[in-house]
Amino acid sequence: MDAATRTRKDIENIERQIAHLESVPGADLKTKEQLYELHRQIESLRTQFDLSSAWQKTELARHPQRPYFLDYVERLFSGWSEMHGDRRFADDPALLCGMARFHGQEVMLLGTQKGRDAKQRVQRNFGMANPEGYRKALRAMKLAEKFKRPIITFIDIPGAYPGLGAEERGQGEAIALNLREMARLRVPTIAIIIGEGGSGGALAIAVADRVLMLENAIYSVISPEGCASIMWRDATKKEVAAQAMKITATDLQNLKCIDGIVPEPDGGAHADIDSAAAMVDEVLHHNLKELMSLPADHLLESRYNKFRNIAQFFTES
Amino acid sequence: MTWFKRESSELDSSGEKRVRTEGLWEKCEGCRQIIWKKDLDANLNVCPKCQHHFRVDARTRLATLLDNSEWEETETNLSSTDPLKFVDTKAYKDRLIKAQKETEICDAIINAEGVLDGKPVIASAMEYRFIGGSMGAVVGEAITRAIERSIEKRKPLIIISASGGARMMEGVGSLMQMAKISAALAKLDDAGLPYLSVLTDPTTGGVTASYAMLGDLNIAEPGALIGFAGPRVIEQTIRQKLPEGFQRSEFLLEHGMLDAVVHRKDLKSYLSRALSFMAA
Repeated sequence: MDAATRTRKDIENIERQIAHLESVPGADLKTKEQLYELHRQIESLRTQFDLSSAWQKTELARHPQRPYFLDYVERLFSGWSEMHGDRRFADDPALLCGMARFHGQEVMLLGTQKGRDAKQRVQRNFGMANPEGYRKALRAMKLAEKFKRPIITFIDIPGAYPGLGAEERGQGEAIALNLREMARLRVPTIAIIIGEGGSGGALAIAVADRVLMLENAIYSVISPEGCASIMWRDATKKEVAAQAMKITATDLQNLKCIDGIVPEPDGGAHADIDSAAAMVDEVLHHNLKELMSLPADHLLESRYNKFRNIAQFFTES
Repeated sequence: MTWFKRESSELDSSGEKRVRTEGLWEKCEGCRQIIWKKDLDANLNVCPKCQHHFRVDARTRLATLLDNSEWEETETNLSSTDPLKFVDTKAYKDRLIKAQKETEICDAIINAEGVLDGKPVIASAMEYRFIGGSMGAVVGEAITRAIERSIEKRKPLIIISASGGARMMEGVGSLMQMAKISAALAKLDDAGLPYLSVLTDPTTGGVTASYAMLGDLNIAEPGALIGFAGPRVIEQTIRQKLPEGFQRSEFLLEHGMLDAVVHRKDLKSYLSRALSFMAA
């Protein structure tokens, strides 16, 4: 039994005790004191549980056996045919683009790809895209727009690559341009965060009609480690930072920053990749059908309105 | 020879003996010279000796760009709701109150409607002193409204950035502001209106990765730190020292990421020139 399960069991235990004590009519002082103490205990346990659950999800999202983009491609799509390069500088092996068929429908498929073993990880740059990756992505999306094909993006990225070359080649500009252009693509777009949704690097392919998250995926403005070292000046506070930033799928849903959550099999997507893929398939298919039935102008307008009114966390006095 | 006759007197020990010089002098970060503050102010906060551009606050910035230092401020009543109830070593709510007191503005942005060299413009200036000029929901909304006003009134838009990036204390909500603003900029672009982006020291993170880099022209002040990732993060990633001048305006210009690096004293005339070109 892991720590989180144990904490959950403890919480359930105390809940039962509280329910029992409260059900007895005419409580005396001693019972009241006891109840107060139990409430205090359950409060602290709940905080602990929240902490462990946000961090637990972070670890699940980064699990080395977690299905990656190409695992889904293999299971959900046919005729996958990769297109390389940004026609400017290079091909980015961390962000893949290609044509594919989904339930008979031609789609443009984009996804960030992590490596399975050490060699692959280095080759894929740990799934962290460079500017040429984002420029290739834009080229692919424009191509899809030209031929009126819907776009599906799979996101699993720790963050856009923070390297010297990336800065020289304009990482910021590459991401910025994608944000603006995705907002006005005249074809249906679906983004699905399957693992890590790392900040601007994820958003650069996630300005979509539907933004979905897997149950154990995370989506955040900075990694919990990054946040901890900046705000707490202590990278070991990552659990606290993970919890404070509200990065889980449920959090994002509550903040109305995503459109839906895709369930995962018990234990997480890596426990049963085939059924995880089947669940993704169902949700994608449903959303795509819905979006394909809408005229482009309508699509554009509702996409704009969604992002125009997203995260309105302010008051006007 | 009066001093021979001067009567000896006790030194006056009453009152303040120290000469107060705080605020009168400023040390230049560029050349380490001590500059008289008045000289600095008269020189638009640029070091007269080495031309180092000091950071200036949003109001000073607008005053140097807009005619007669006059403008009308809008969106002065927005404030963050602290959606995550975020607490690190300090509560975000307290940080907000402190910053509001110190800067006397509601968040890290001032929206202005004014005239630049006879041309009506919408200008948004970021305030670095307000939690590092970070972009949260208020900054996102204010800039979006500036863009909308620009479209509605068919006036050019100028955004002056000075920001460390997205505001972590608002979590993913601050990330979403990047999408929101960029989507609005697509509309501005569709409407065929000019957008001039001015990047000042520093412009990094989510601001660089959204509106700061989306100008019809991206113009920077000399020596400004401009980048996506912070220099420390990059050093930790690549495990080597960064070259001299890395991520400074001149470096970006050399790599083709900026249209121009313009001295503060020439900024207004450069913007005016660009607006003449772009006006129908």
